[in-house]
Order: sequence, then structure tokens, then C-alpha cells
Amino acid sequence: MRLRLSCKEASSLISRAMDARLSVTERIALRLHVAICDACTRFTSQVEFLRRAVKALPGPDDPRER
Amino acid sequence: MSAAATPLELEQHRPYLLRFALLQLRDRSAAEDAVQETLLAAIQGASQFAGQSSVRTWLVGILKHKIVDSIRKASREQPVESVEDRGEDLDAFFAEDGHFAEAPQQWASPERSLEQQRFFEALERCLQSLPRNTARAFTMRELMGLETEEICKELRISTSNCWVMLYRARLSLRACLERTWFLADPAKAG
Repeated sequence: MRLRLSCKEASSLISRAMDARLSVTERIALRLHVAICDACTRFTSQVEFLRRAVKALPGPDDPRER
Repeated sequence: MSAAATPLELEQHRPYLLRFALLQLRDRSAAEDAVQETLLAAIQGASQFAGQSSVRTWLVGILKHKIVDSIRKASREQPVESVEDRGEDLDAFFAEDGHFAEAPQQWASPERSLEQQRFFEALERCLQSLPRNTARAFTMRELMGLETEEICKELRISTSNCWVMLYRARLSLRACLERTWFLADPAKAG
């Protein structure tokens, strides 16, 4: 695997890292990419936020239930 | 037995449980069955409720098992045709050179969104716009908290297929939330 990733490759690894353990090479390549890429830095925090949001579904008490 | 776990008290959680089950099953009658079985199991096992968690958390724990049973039963009766999903459609999110076609934007105070019911309604609409199998795998992972191996086994798909679906779900939901929530209403910015 090359150490220089595109955003496409990096975002795929960011997603996979949430479900499985990446190889050492993948982790290094990903860290190098995210360090210099605003888009992938945002992507990382936004998919982590997405995970928290889905865990909180269906959301605060729904007034429709009362 | 905790006074909070009387049948009448349990029954009050039915609407919430139904909404939870629908998020995963997307089928009203399957969702109602799972909730019914959950409440019956809860009434029978009310003495097991230790009172360490809230009644609702306890019920959701039972419901998750019933939902997995339901998915298992459905996939036995109607096996998913296992077409390898390589995610060719995901190219649309990227430019030729591998950059994002539309780079993720800054989101204004996302944590505050978690306090708003309207945010969760937007999130549900985004979930509903996903392809069925993608949504199913994603909610099994993130809503039900299952590991990838369990999801592959229940849906009878390969691990890489599973990763593609989870990746598609995250790319799509991120873009959908950005479009329909975070950048949709200028009043929310700041």
C-alpha cells in the first residue's frame, strides 16, 4: 500500500477504522494524510458525531407520544 | 421487583420501543411483533430488572435481541441475493483525482443538535433515503451496536461487502445531514 493517500482512500480507511483494526501501514498512511487535509479531518469528526447521533436515536422524548 | 416495572409502566414505553424497532426493521408489523414480544418478556422477567439502568434502557436491551431474531427469521425465509457490492456508486462522491467532489464543510455546534428533536427527524429522513441493505447494515452496526462479523453472518454477506455498505452509509448520511440540517438553516449557524 502506498503511503500517499487520496481523500477517497483516506475516507474509506476512516470508515473502516470505526469497524475494524487497520494495519500499521494503513494507520500511518491515514495519519499522514489527515494531518495535512482539512476535508478528511472534518470527515473524521463528522462521522464520529454521526455515530453518537445514531446511538441517541430516536432522540429526546417525542411530544407526539403524549 | 421495582415499582417502576409494573405492566402498566412497561406499556408506557411502547411508542418509544416501536419507533426504535421501526428504525431498524422498516416494517410496521415486524416492528410491532418485536415490541410485543419485548413487553411480554419484560412482564415475565420483571423480577430480573435490577434497577441499575432505567426501565427504558432495560427494555431496549431486550428489544435488540428480538430485532435480531426478526432479522434472522426474515433472512432465513427470504435469503438476500448475495451480489458482491463493490461500491461503484461511491465514485460520485469524489473527483477524478480522488479529492472530495464536495469537501465537508464546517458544522456549527453539532453537539447542540443532539438536544433537538427536529435534528433526529432530519437524521431519520436521511436514513430512509439510503438503499435498504445499506441502511440495514448501518443501523445494525450503529443503532444495535453489533460487530461487523455478526452483521455479515446475519445478512450473509462478505466482510468487505459489509465495509462498503457502512462506508456508503457514512458518506451519504454525512452529506445528507450537511445539506438538510447543518447548512439548511442559517439561523442554526454560529
